[in-house]
Amino acid sequence: MSLEQLLAYVLDPDLLDRYGARFVDGLLVTAKLVAISFTLGALLGMLLALARMSPSRVLRRLAAGYVYFFRGSPLLAQLFLLYYGLGSLKGFWQELGLWWFFREAWYCALLAFTLNTAAYQAEIFRASLMAVAPGQYEAAKALNLKRSTTFFKVVLPQSLLVAIGPLGNELIMMIKASAIASLVTIYDLMGVTKLAFSRSFDFQIYLWAAVLYLLIVEVVRRTLKHLEARLGRHLN
Amino acid sequence: MLDQLSLLSFASGGWGQALLAGALVTVSLALACLPIGLPLGLLVALAARSRKRLPRAWATLFSTVFRGLPELLTLLIIYYGCQIAAQKLLAALGYEGEVLINTFLAAMAAFSLVFAAFSSEIWLMAFKTLPKGQLEACAALGLGKRTGFFKVVLPQLTRIALPGLSNNWLSLLKDTSLVSTISLIDLMRQTNLAVSVTKEPMLFYGVACLVYLLFSALSGRVFALLERRSNRHLQGARP
Repeated sequence: MSLEQLLAYVLDPDLLDRYGARFVDGLLVTAKLVAISFTLGALLGMLLALARMSPSRVLRRLAAGYVYFFRGSPLLAQLFLLYYGLGSLKGFWQELGLWWFFREAWYCALLAFTLNTAAYQAEIFRASLMAVAPGQYEAAKALNLKRSTTFFKVVLPQSLLVAIGPLGNELIMMIKASAIASLVTIYDLMGVTKLAFSRSFDFQIYLWAAVLYLLIVEVVRRTLKHLEARLGRHLN
Repeated sequence: MLDQLSLLSFASGGWGQALLAGALVTVSLALACLPIGLPLGLLVALAARSRKRLPRAWATLFSTVFRGLPELLTLLIIYYGCQIAAQKLLAALGYEGEVLINTFLAAMAAFSLVFAAFSSEIWLMAFKTLPKGQLEACAALGLGKRTGFFKVVLPQLTRIALPGLSNNWLSLLKDTSLVSTISLIDLMRQTNLAVSVTKEPMLFYGVACLVYLLFSALSGRVFALLERRSNRHLQGARP
């Protein structure tokens, strides 16, 4: 068997010609989905973390309930709850003028992913904020720094250094979880794969997707490891 | 409101029984992954610590692949892959016909592999915290390799690994909802069916979320008990 024949089993040029461009599109959709929801989730997660540590008991309870719900149930169920559940209240959303949002699977998936990752990131931020030594707060107070200055210039930089490892793990989890979006008619990498498989019935399509996902995850993991080492270089 | 609640009843016309049956499938699938996933994870961790290069390379490959792939993709690859392989094999033997793989077995295999990959990392971490003196003490007492591992090392490893394994178990439980895509009738699939019949997505998906939450809370309790039990030698005498 020649090399070309062997290659046709894993990378059929005919198949690649037909679906290659679609795979690139799918990759871009996945990247966009993860990037937007992870960023928005970070903002929401930070607010939740602050709410969980606030002096007000109501705020603390609410934030804890939110985190408990979104970490305790599967993302798939949350996505269906948002897309099919909230999507069924058509009249209500039309009155509010928000129907354009809940009609689209894309926005619903973005919302579900943002809400979900916010819960996980809130826990990461909370742990990292608690890891800042109390002496730092006292020192900031002794220097008569404003509360906002203390938070942004003293506490946050130190806590983010602790958070970057777990945040990287969460990013990788999000990249993997984004495959679920394909179940609500979004053509991300997974959606494209399923489409191509249902048309060609060629198993190698799944292997392409596997290699692509592995590549993305490995690249992200190594980049973050590098970044973490660089940011923490004053520590060792 | 009362109409909606009657949809959840266990009487005829209610979906209570169907949801309960689905929930049982979800739990039994998750539990069925443990007998393969836990030992396999330990084995991978042992291979990763091996002195030989080949087992180390295999362990790295295994954990990179199954931790890096989306669970949905792993599931589909194993399900369709096994199906196609079985079909080709049987066709070579002269059998021409549709081959269907049991979805429960395929899901069990896929999630066991994923669970093993994630738990191998936990075992590895536990190995690192185990003091070297324990192994030296084993050697000094003349314990065999097997006795030393099962009677000295493993009990301590389990205690250290328990919190991490509890996290893995929770994600396994939630990941099982993905099997609804290969039409295994679990809780999620039953919920989908109920929604398509009753047109009450808000209610049923809400209930499904709550059932998963309940399972998470229950397993949290069980793990807290286990942790207390395995740490009982560290607590002082109670007054």
